[in-house]
Amino acid sequence: MRRRGNLILGGALVALIVAAGLLAPVIAGSAAFAQNLGNAMLPPSAAHWLGTDQYGRDLFARIVYGARISLFEVALGVGMAMAAGIPAGLVAGWFGALTDEVIGWSTNILFAFPGIILAILIVSVLGPGLFNLLLAIAIFSVPVYVRLTRNLTLALKQIDYVEAARSTGASTARVLFQHVLRNALPPLLVQATLTAGTVILAAASLSFLGLGAQPPLPEWGAMMSSARDLLGVDNDLSLFPGLAITVAVLGFNLLGDGVRDLLDPHRGVRG
Amino acid sequence: MGRYVGRKLLALPLVLLGVSFLVFGAIRLLPGDPARIMAGDQATGEAIAGMRHRLGLDKPFLLQYGLFLTQAAQGDFGISIRSKQPVLSEVTRRFPYTVALASSAYGFAIVIGTVAGVVAAVRGGWVDHLVMAMTILAASTANFWLALVGMMVFAVELDWLPLLGAGSPAHYVLPTAALGLLPTAIIARMTRSGMLDALRQDHVRTARAKGLRETVVTLRHALRNALIPIVTIVGLNFGGLLGGAVVTETVFNWPGIGSLLVDSVRDRDYPMIEALVLLSVFSVVIVNLIADAAIALLDPRLRLG
Repeated sequence: MRRRGNLILGGALVALIVAAGLLAPVIAGSAAFAQNLGNAMLPPSAAHWLGTDQYGRDLFARIVYGARISLFEVALGVGMAMAAGIPAGLVAGWFGALTDEVIGWSTNILFAFPGIILAILIVSVLGPGLFNLLLAIAIFSVPVYVRLTRNLTLALKQIDYVEAARSTGASTARVLFQHVLRNALPPLLVQATLTAGTVILAAASLSFLGLGAQPPLPEWGAMMSSARDLLGVDNDLSLFPGLAITVAVLGFNLLGDGVRDLLDPHRGVRG
Repeated sequence: MGRYVGRKLLALPLVLLGVSFLVFGAIRLLPGDPARIMAGDQATGEAIAGMRHRLGLDKPFLLQYGLFLTQAAQGDFGISIRSKQPVLSEVTRRFPYTVALASSAYGFAIVIGTVAGVVAAVRGGWVDHLVMAMTILAASTANFWLALVGMMVFAVELDWLPLLGAGSPAHYVLPTAALGLLPTAIIARMTRSGMLDALRQDHVRTARAKGLRETVVTLRHALRNALIPIVTIVGLNFGGLLGGAVVTETVFNWPGIGSLLVDSVRDRDYPMIEALVLLSVFSVVIVNLIADAAIALLDPRLRLG
């Protein structure tokens, strides 16, 4: 019962973020960007549901627009990590031997880095900015996909229909992508959902430090960074973007947990 | 146990060598020219060439790496661009602050997380649901948001705690809570599931059948077994804790190596960045090794196997 609850709540929160992201230009329009110093730091009202920021921009509009940026972060961060990690994992698991050793060692070295610190190192070289940040986040997320895909490939290699496809003379690439990858996809997608939360948190943290999205982009972490000096003056400017982060991350985490439990009936029930 | 930890010890120099190569290579081989960046936007070609020479960037890459390793082995990580001081002296001055904050956060997380996990597993029902819901919420919250909320409430509004800096024990409260939140949640979950497993096992049933009191059964027999996953997760999560420390230290102006790293990135202080990243990775590797050894001590199957 609780598992169903997680799935439904997670799905609803993710749906909310996706809807906000897709409809942002309609809901938020230009209010997220248009500055009007005469309207600076207004309290919440009917015209401005969450009030305005220090440049007179509507806070609600900016948070809605932030959902669009978060979806972009997830798509690019998770997408790049999967694009690099899955082929490497397939190759390591399929060919084994030296290939597996080399790929295994490379992932071990990447795993030794604390994610945020590796991202900071990469951003320090490439320069701050949202794209460089997402590239950095993707790099530290790659090892998870390599390891997961490798282990799935090792298991699937033994299964009859994969053996059968090999014996009918299908090319290695065809077997890997059509038979192995297709069956490895459900656990990989669960992992992707769980990584989505991590990506949003990491991107917000680094943008908060000034190393990711730059103002005036309404990225939630960047918004909190510029609101930091107004602590005690206008707390809403820090409070609401942070709540938005929690809603988005919670949604992806619950959804990921819920789907994983659905796929694996042995997990979840009190233990 | 000797063999188990020994194998990890043997791999250690290789991992450290790989890491140092990656950090060193990242700064020199990725697009983006440290000499140009450090010389500034207005620099002439000559000034950039001068900077390149000063940094030794005009030497062949492998020679640079060899020199770096030789000097680093002697404790020489170069001169900080920002402070003009030797990198090592600034790092050793600030490292203890990070160790103190990280220990405080881990101490908090281990105590609260273990208690919450045991209570959730033993009591079940709504207590279990509440603890689980809180851990999911905690794992989904940005630590800098929690830090800002803590500052708003306890430092600005109520004026109970200092806002920024380090110094008195009171300075530890908010940073410890902000940094300790995520490990608390993770430890609570691990303890809960470890306890649920342990409580179902034969030796626990035997202890109960012997007529031992329930508290003794829970603490002596079940929790002891549940300790193994807790130690594992404390080791595995240490890197995450260091990453969290970068953000937490910056929010609270905590004078540790995390805030130093952020300042160094802003000022493009590459010798400092290099040393700090290496130091964090080394600490992660060492802490994991200690955790592995502790697990081997706790688990007779590994100790005797």
